[in-house]
Amino acid sequence: MALLEVDGLTAFYGDFQALYGVSLSVDAGQAVAVIGANGAGKSTLLKSIVGMIRAAPGMIRFDGEPIGGGRPPKIVARGVTMVPEGRRLFSSLTVEENLQVGGQLGRPGPWSLARVFELFPALAERRKERSTSLSGGQQQMVAIGRALMSNPRLLLCDEISLGLAPIVVRDIYQRLPAIVAEGTAVVVVEQDVMQALSASSYLYCLQEGRVLLEGAARKLDREAIKAAYFGV
Amino acid sequence: MVAFVHVIVQGVLLGGLYALFAGGLSLIFGVMRLVNIAHGDLIVVAAYFAYFTMQALGVGPFTSLLFVVPASALLGYALQRSLLNFALGDELPPLLVTFGLSVIIQNVLLILFTHDNRRLYAGPIEMASWKFTPDLAVGVLPVIQFVVALAIIGGLQLLFYRTKLGRAFRATSDDPAIAQLMGIENRHIFALAMALSLSVVAVAGVFIAIRTTFNPFYGPQLLIFGFEAVIMGGLGSLWGTLAGGVLLGLAQALGGQINVGLPFTAGHVVFLLLLIVRPQGLFPKVST
Amino acid sequence: MSAGERTALAHAPVVHASLSSRIGMTFWTVLVATLIAVPYWGDRQMMRLLTEVYSFVALASLWNFLAGYAGLVSVGQQSFVGLGGYTLYLCALWAGLNPMVGLPLAGVLGGLVAVPIVLLLLNLRGAYFTIGSWVVAEVFLQIFQLVPAVGGGSGISLPATVVQSVARSRGARESLIYWVFLALAVAVIGVIVLLLRTRYGLALQAIRDNETAAKANGIDVNRTRMIVFVVSGAATAMIGSFVFLQKLSITPFSAFSINDWTVNMIFITVIGGIGRVEGPIVGTVVFFVLREFLADLASTYLIILGVVAIAVMLKAPKGIWGYVADRFGWQLFPLSRRLVRPPAKDRADRAVRVPTPAA
Repeated sequence: MALLEVDGLTAFYGDFQALYGVSLSVDAGQAVAVIGANGAGKSTLLKSIVGMIRAAPGMIRFDGEPIGGGRPPKIVARGVTMVPEGRRLFSSLTVEENLQVGGQLGRPGPWSLARVFELFPALAERRKERSTSLSGGQQQMVAIGRALMSNPRLLLCDEISLGLAPIVVRDIYQRLPAIVAEGTAVVVVEQDVMQALSASSYLYCLQEGRVLLEGAARKLDREAIKAAYFGV
Repeated sequence: MVAFVHVIVQGVLLGGLYALFAGGLSLIFGVMRLVNIAHGDLIVVAAYFAYFTMQALGVGPFTSLLFVVPASALLGYALQRSLLNFALGDELPPLLVTFGLSVIIQNVLLILFTHDNRRLYAGPIEMASWKFTPDLAVGVLPVIQFVVALAIIGGLQLLFYRTKLGRAFRATSDDPAIAQLMGIENRHIFALAMALSLSVVAVAGVFIAIRTTFNPFYGPQLLIFGFEAVIMGGLGSLWGTLAGGVLLGLAQALGGQINVGLPFTAGHVVFLLLLIVRPQGLFPKVST
Repeated sequence: MSAGERTALAHAPVVHASLSSRIGMTFWTVLVATLIAVPYWGDRQMMRLLTEVYSFVALASLWNFLAGYAGLVSVGQQSFVGLGGYTLYLCALWAGLNPMVGLPLAGVLGGLVAVPIVLLLLNLRGAYFTIGSWVVAEVFLQIFQLVPAVGGGSGISLPATVVQSVARSRGARESLIYWVFLALAVAVIGVIVLLLRTRYGLALQAIRDNETAAKANGIDVNRTRMIVFVVSGAATAMIGSFVFLQKLSITPFSAFSINDWTVNMIFITVIGGIGRVEGPIVGTVVFFVLREFLADLASTYLIILGVVAIAVMLKAPKGIWGYVADRFGWQLFPLSRRLVRPPAKDRADRAVRVPTPAA
């Protein structure tokens, strides 16, 4: 049984329909990529899974239990969390406090303040600084670390490469395997296709709210991906 | 000269109470951006509760706090969960809902307790004073009240900056949507903040009800004092709020010296002057 | 679209009327005409009640103008009500001025006093503006209590001579006062409607909907709000002056009490429909109907009003009229805005026909 099963998910912003029956699944310990152009519905998908957008109960199952329509705090308590788009750090809190808030729930697991600082040494030196005084890449690390502090079994990453220099992005993506190794499944939403392919074993391509292409990352044809991405 | 020092001391000590009113108000604003127009009326509710607790159990006002504070906390939690959580957001609803609440509370109190002025009697301690010099005596009660106020503000500061709950409050204040991803339930946190606020102001309410009389319509006066202290002190800083409270207390004490009918007016005048000269307050925190 | 059509559209007239508003205006015209005639066939009690209705309609409309259009929620408008009353009294007592002269003078003074007040208060945002406006009213209350020259705590009673200078007979006086109030209510609403029809009114609604965007479009938000506040203050003072003429005495508490004035203004507007001109009118009707049924239960009445207002704010924030108007698309005043495309003969290039494809 898959860790996460999304089945025919639809999502609306008011009258505007953003997702038209998206289905995907993630196994425990797997890294999955969701790619697509702007407006394809990737963020909407992640927000629906974590409860920030209402979904119908049966459409999302985590560990066999329906979680659709649940409130985010309950879903996070079950072990699903998200690194939100644009980092969204708590601006009046220090780096360390941001991480500590992430661990608010006290879920047991391998991740702790010490372990996060091990993964991101640059943060350890800056633990007492206001999170807003860090560089973009470091802020992204804080955001990831904060999410890890809740010891999730499934980590959703929403466009972590956005606004960052390629070298910084590569640096961050290099830590992903360590995260997966600790037993957390990861869903990476990306516009950067190469990065997504390198980090994951399975790929979904969304276009205008629908899954146009899916498959094992290594097996997919580059041309097919391009076509699906741009909806050609 | 001695009389002057005496007035200063009185003003500063009174300022401690005002700082508590202000603290409750600014705590709520900090966590959920709500200015509760019924804030003062809820303080009066606490005073009435103390009054009747004292009558029913035959205890003094300080003992009554053991009942009043938890009751106020419960009231705050319930009020937030059942009503105020739904009034959050845009400009108009919070203002108008809490305004309506204020009117309702005042009139319910009027029906229940009539317009009679009441006071809480603390006994001999009201008259006790320490004599520093043959001319300068400072009341024991005001000093106790000030020390308690300081302790509460210090406690709030500790709570906000050194505890898990405080982190949760600050995170929710920064970004309520993302705070949810930390497992923080907004509805609950807001209600806790309101419970905390009302607990703090309940103490101040009981203290001020020992000093002066109160009736169902006393609330707005207290709201205005708290508000003036917050604005003068500067938004976002608890110690700034203390400074604002002390400034207000001083202005009122000095005004009262000039003319016995003048204290509140003097306070308002100082407030308005400060608004002209330094609208951001004495110690504003650079807020987001 | 051709260049010719574009130019024509830029100069196209904006039409404010609609079918609904034409019906509305007819209704208002008939209603006002009927109301003007009331002194000729109505009894004293009815005239008194209607006078009260007019004062509430006017005061609530002004509060609505401030809060629903300019976005300034003031709980201190009683400052101007009392100020107007005192102005009328003192002008009569100190300068022997007829109340009919005192009325516009109260307006002038109200407007003048409003200027420094709004300059001060605009330093405060949102809820803090609101409480600040309350502080101002408290200051007025306390000043008037302390200064013996204006009657101090016990206030002033209006001497009979002043009352009689309005008109000699009681009947004539009551009719005159009735007409003044009716005129004030009609004028207040009329001015508001006219203002809203101008670009200025459009600016107001832009500010209300999105202040930042309004600023980005070059609207001077603070100046616009200032003007609304000052006009509102002046008009409120005028109404206040005649309210106290009727009451025959004034004290600081009756003049500057939030409960006598502002609470009602707010509840009426919220329940009737904030942000629409019809709102306060509907709200006043509801207010008085409720009062008829709950007449003797003053406190209970306020509690019920409060509960209703809260319920309206949470469940139907647009108020009774807002809900009805949105549901049926009604509008009783010509306040809509439609661009009318100029008729075909004005479009120069009508003569150029698009060639039809050969069959």
